[in-house]
This record gives sequence, structure tokens and C-alpha cells, in this order.
Amino acid sequence: MSKMYYRELYCGSPIRFWSGLALLGAFIAIGLGSAYYMEHNGHWVTGMSNQIVWGLPHVFAIFLIVAASGALNVASIGSVFGGPLYKPLGRYSGLLAIGLLAGGLMVLVLDLGRPDRLIVAMTEYNFKSIFAWNVILYSGFFAIVGVYLWTMMDRSVSKFNRPVGFAAFFWRIALTTGTGSIFGFLVAREAYDAAIMAPMFVIMSFSYGLAFFIITLIAAYIWGDREIGDLRLTRLKNLLGVFVGAVLYFTLAYNITNLYITQHHGIERFILLDGGIYTQMFWIGQILIGSVLPLFLIYSPAFEKSRWAIAAASIAVLIGGFFQIYVIVIGGQAYPMNLFPGKEVVESGFFDGVVASYTPTFPEAALGVAGIAVALTMVAVGARVFKVFPETLEDPNS
Amino acid sequence: MSKKGDQPSMERRQFIGGTIAVAGAVTIAPGVILHAVADTDQRTEGASSEHRWGMVIDANKCADGCTACVDACNSEHGLTDLGRPETDAAWIRTVKLKDKQTGNISRLPVMCQHCEHPPCVDVCPTNASFKRADGVVLVDRHRCIGCRYCMMACPYKARSFIHEALSDQSVNAPRGKGCVESCTLCVHRIDEGVMQTACQEACDKDGHAAILFGDLKDPNSEISQVLKKYNSVQIRGDLELNTGVRYRNL
Repeated sequence: MSKMYYRELYCGSPIRFWSGLALLGAFIAIGLGSAYYMEHNGHWVTGMSNQIVWGLPHVFAIFLIVAASGALNVASIGSVFGGPLYKPLGRYSGLLAIGLLAGGLMVLVLDLGRPDRLIVAMTEYNFKSIFAWNVILYSGFFAIVGVYLWTMMDRSVSKFNRPVGFAAFFWRIALTTGTGSIFGFLVAREAYDAAIMAPMFVIMSFSYGLAFFIITLIAAYIWGDREIGDLRLTRLKNLLGVFVGAVLYFTLAYNITNLYITQHHGIERFILLDGGIYTQMFWIGQILIGSVLPLFLIYSPAFEKSRWAIAAASIAVLIGGFFQIYVIVIGGQAYPMNLFPGKEVVESGFFDGVVASYTPTFPEAALGVAGIAVALTMVAVGARVFKVFPETLEDPNS
Repeated sequence: MSKKGDQPSMERRQFIGGTIAVAGAVTIAPGVILHAVADTDQRTEGASSEHRWGMVIDANKCADGCTACVDACNSEHGLTDLGRPETDAAWIRTVKLKDKQTGNISRLPVMCQHCEHPPCVDVCPTNASFKRADGVVLVDRHRCIGCRYCMMACPYKARSFIHEALSDQSVNAPRGKGCVESCTLCVHRIDEGVMQTACQEACDKDGHAAILFGDLKDPNSEISQVLKKYNSVQIRGDLELNTGVRYRNL
């Protein structure tokens, strides 16, 4: 194999680069303005309430954080599992992971009731809380991936690449396990008290992270007028297919378990049959767009080497993943908690026994989109100033 | 030693030294005095684990259409109705139930159940949710970052998030935008030695006497006697949280 050279990613046209950055900056500015508006007035100006306590910003935040962990996949395959075709993509994998996590965390923090008290969260820990662990897991992820990138980019420390790669791999598994466990240990709510949430989030991270990776990689190489060979893209595509299938398998296992347990029939009926928007999001969003469509695009012989199909499959995975998290986070809260088994709530002063309504507002969506914009900005600037992308990714021996 | 005239005046030194000493004393003293005064105030004594405060509620005595407990709680803690029921705080609410099988109707107030093993305390990342030694579950409003994880974890939907800036608060319950709150079991009354919650007072006043507050650890207290004599249940007893609030005739 010929030697790999990395070079800063220059866009063919400076106007395109700067206007792209300006557009991302505008999205970020609108998002920050929205966060200020929500913080200044209080959360009543959002769609959130005492029934739906986590809204659209949490969906964006969890989506980005989960994807961040998965974006590191490619680097892990390259340095931990010794995949030579993946190794040149390791630097970008690390950069994208850091960007996505930063975007997700920004959204999460700015949706707190008291974002000004972030210092309390950094200094005061209840180690029985998954959230407290996540504060450590998320900040540690930045540090470990930072060092990982260093070992990939500086030859003088490259001998540490493998051990650091191992550390990063285990850290990110812990991170997504922690994120999934937020929902796994809530005994109060029928949709959440399932330990399968933790491994399911790990596999979701593989899928979303790789989809983000593929779509941004293709975009970057078009942007910088560089070449990617079919071999690498096909490998990435096939891997994505495996991950999409695995998410589907976990979804099946989760729902079948619930269908067996009589106590959980209500929530299953709600998500699968008569939950209105949540049922539609599950079947059309998660299953049809997020699973069936990408599997078809990936495995159909008609699209064997079609880049268009690979890009479309990646976008479909991301859309489906977003709906999946929406159904988990919002759908799980919308379904009423069963405080009184065997009883029907006739009247309540606090919305007991009724499906909670939630309509996301513009500021919530703007804050979430700003998270994606932060991730893309970090990637765009990082790739421009650091030697992240190989000069060419043409197939070896071609 | 040089010439006498070059020496700075000792008086001036003394003056400067004295001024610093006085200024220092003036700066520190109020704090020391306040601290000493505060230390003698019985309210800074920690809650004692010799007590466990709780309530027993008789669902049969809860009158249809009555909101006395809810109104009393709202006025005691300065919870105002902003006309937005989905975001307005509710520390206590009434619920009317119908048995799906038998059609039997029951009615009861629901509030924080002051669990022995509170899920809200388990999940709180900053230790803002905490349980006092006497079993009262509270939120430290100086530590709460408003993440709402406790609201996700509470099996009783007992907690409210403050969705807007507040004014004209009650001295009984300092509150603030962006934090989570819930029934305090009228902890301000407990700490003053008043052994009756606002909801019980209102319920008694209306002649229903459905709510009884007391010390679950004192075998001679009225609440302990009632619980010993009559059957009672915990809401979501299957979770084994050992709630401080128990229900009769539910």
C-alpha cells in the first residue's frame, strides 16, 4: 500500500467555504438566541410541561451524543481491530466524534432550568445517579479522544496509538451504556424500565454515528475535490447495513419482551397501535424510513456502487434514528404512568391517566439545530486547520 | 540607629496599627456574632432520625368536589394559579378513581410520598434532591440545576418544575424559576414544632379529617396507632419504596 498523506481540507472556492461557515454561524446564533429566550422567560414558552419534562432539545441532544460515540467507530476499527482500510479515516472519525458530542452537550446544558449552575454539576456528584456518571463520561470522552487524535497525528507519540485506542473504545461503550441507562433504570415508567435500553443505545450509536460519518465524509470529499474509492465506501456501507439490522433486532427484542408482560401491554398498544403521532413516527419514521429503506438501498444489487444510494441510506438512517429517539423520549413520557393498577382515573387535578400532549415550539427546534450546526462548524474548521483527511482515498493498488 | 529625627513617629505606627485592628474587627465581628446567634437558633439543628414524619389518608373520608387541601397547600406555599394548568405547580392534587372490575369509586389526595428509598434522590446528579434524617424528602434550591431527571424518576408524578419567574413568594417556601419542587410535608411547620400540615388543617377544618400527620417512629403517636389497627396500602407498593404516606380504604 502506498504511503498515506494527510492534508488540510481546502474548499475549491473560498466564497463557498466562508458562506458555508456563515450559514452555520447563523444557525448557531438563532439557537443561542432561542436558548436565551427560553431561559429568560422560563420553560412555559416551550412545549414542555410538568407532564412532558424532556422535550425536543433532549431528543436532539441524545441523538447527537449517541451519534458522537458511534462516529468513533471507524477509528476504533482502524487502530483497535486492525482494519487497514479504515485506518486512514481514523483522524476524521475522532474529529467528528468530538464535534457531535460538543453540539449535543451544548443543547443539553442550555435546556437545563439553571444552565448558570453548570459548575454545581461539575463539582457536586451523586454517584448513584447515571447523570452524574455521564458528566464524567462526557467530559472524559473529550480528553480521551483528544489524546487519541494526538497519537494519530503526531508520529513521536504514535506508539501509544493502540493502547489509547483501546481506552477510547471502552470509554465510548461506557458512555453510550450510560446514556441508555438514563432510560433503563426508571422503574416508574413502563416504557423505560428495561435494561436492554443500555445495549440498544450502544448499537444505535454504531448506526447513527456511522451514518453521520459516511454522509459527512462524502460531502467533505466533494467539497475538497478529492477522490474516494468504491472499495472503502462499500465497506462502510456494508457495515452500516449490519448496524441497521442490529438496531432493528434490538427494537424487536425490546417490544416482544414488553408484549409478553401483561403490565406493559398498555404502552405497547400506545406505541404500536393507537398512539397517534408516536405510532406513525415508530412505523413510518423508525421502521420504514430508518430501517427498511436504508436496508433496501444498501443491499439491493441495483445500487451496488451507487454513491447516491449510500448517501441516501445514511440520511434515511439519521432521520429514522431521530424519530426513534423521539418515540423513546417523548412517546415514553406521553403515555400516562400507572399509579393505580386496576383503576381508571375519572378525575385528576394533575393530568393523571391521560396521554400528555406535546407540541414542540420553534425555539426548542432552533436550539437543537444549533447543536448540529456546532458539530458541523467544529468539523469544518478542524478539517481546514488540521491534517485530518488523507489527500486521496482511492482504492489501494488501483 | 540613625538620627532620632529620621525615625517615624511611633504614634503614627500605633495609629495605623490600631486602625487596621479596628477595621479588621469591624469586618469580621458581624459575621462572628451572626454565626454565634445563628448557632443558638434551634432551627439550624439537624433533623433527628428519631422521628419519621408521615401521613395516613383515609380515602373514604375524602369528600367529592372538595379541594380544601389543595387550596390550603397553594396558599401556604405561595403557589399561584397562572391559568396554565400544564405548567402550573401542583404539590398536592385530588384524584378520583373507578375500579375497572367492580366500578367502585374512590377519591384521594396525592402528593410526594416521602419514600424511604426515593427514586428522585437516587437519580439527582448534584445531590439537590435529598432526604432528611426525619424522612422528609426535599429539594435544595441552591443546588438544583433544573435537569428534571427526578421528575422522570418519580413514580407519583409528585414534582413540578418552575416554568416562569416568580414574585410575591411565601416566606414558608422560597422558590425559583428553573428548579424542581414538591410537597415538603410542611417542613417549615415541623421545624417550628407545629405538628400539623396545612392540608390536614384545612381538611380537619372542613370536618372531613381524612388526613392525619404524625411520627411513624413513635409507637404511641396517633398515626402509628391508626396504622397498627387498620389495614393500609402504599401507592405503587410493588416498588417497595416504603412510602411515608399511607392510604386507608383505597
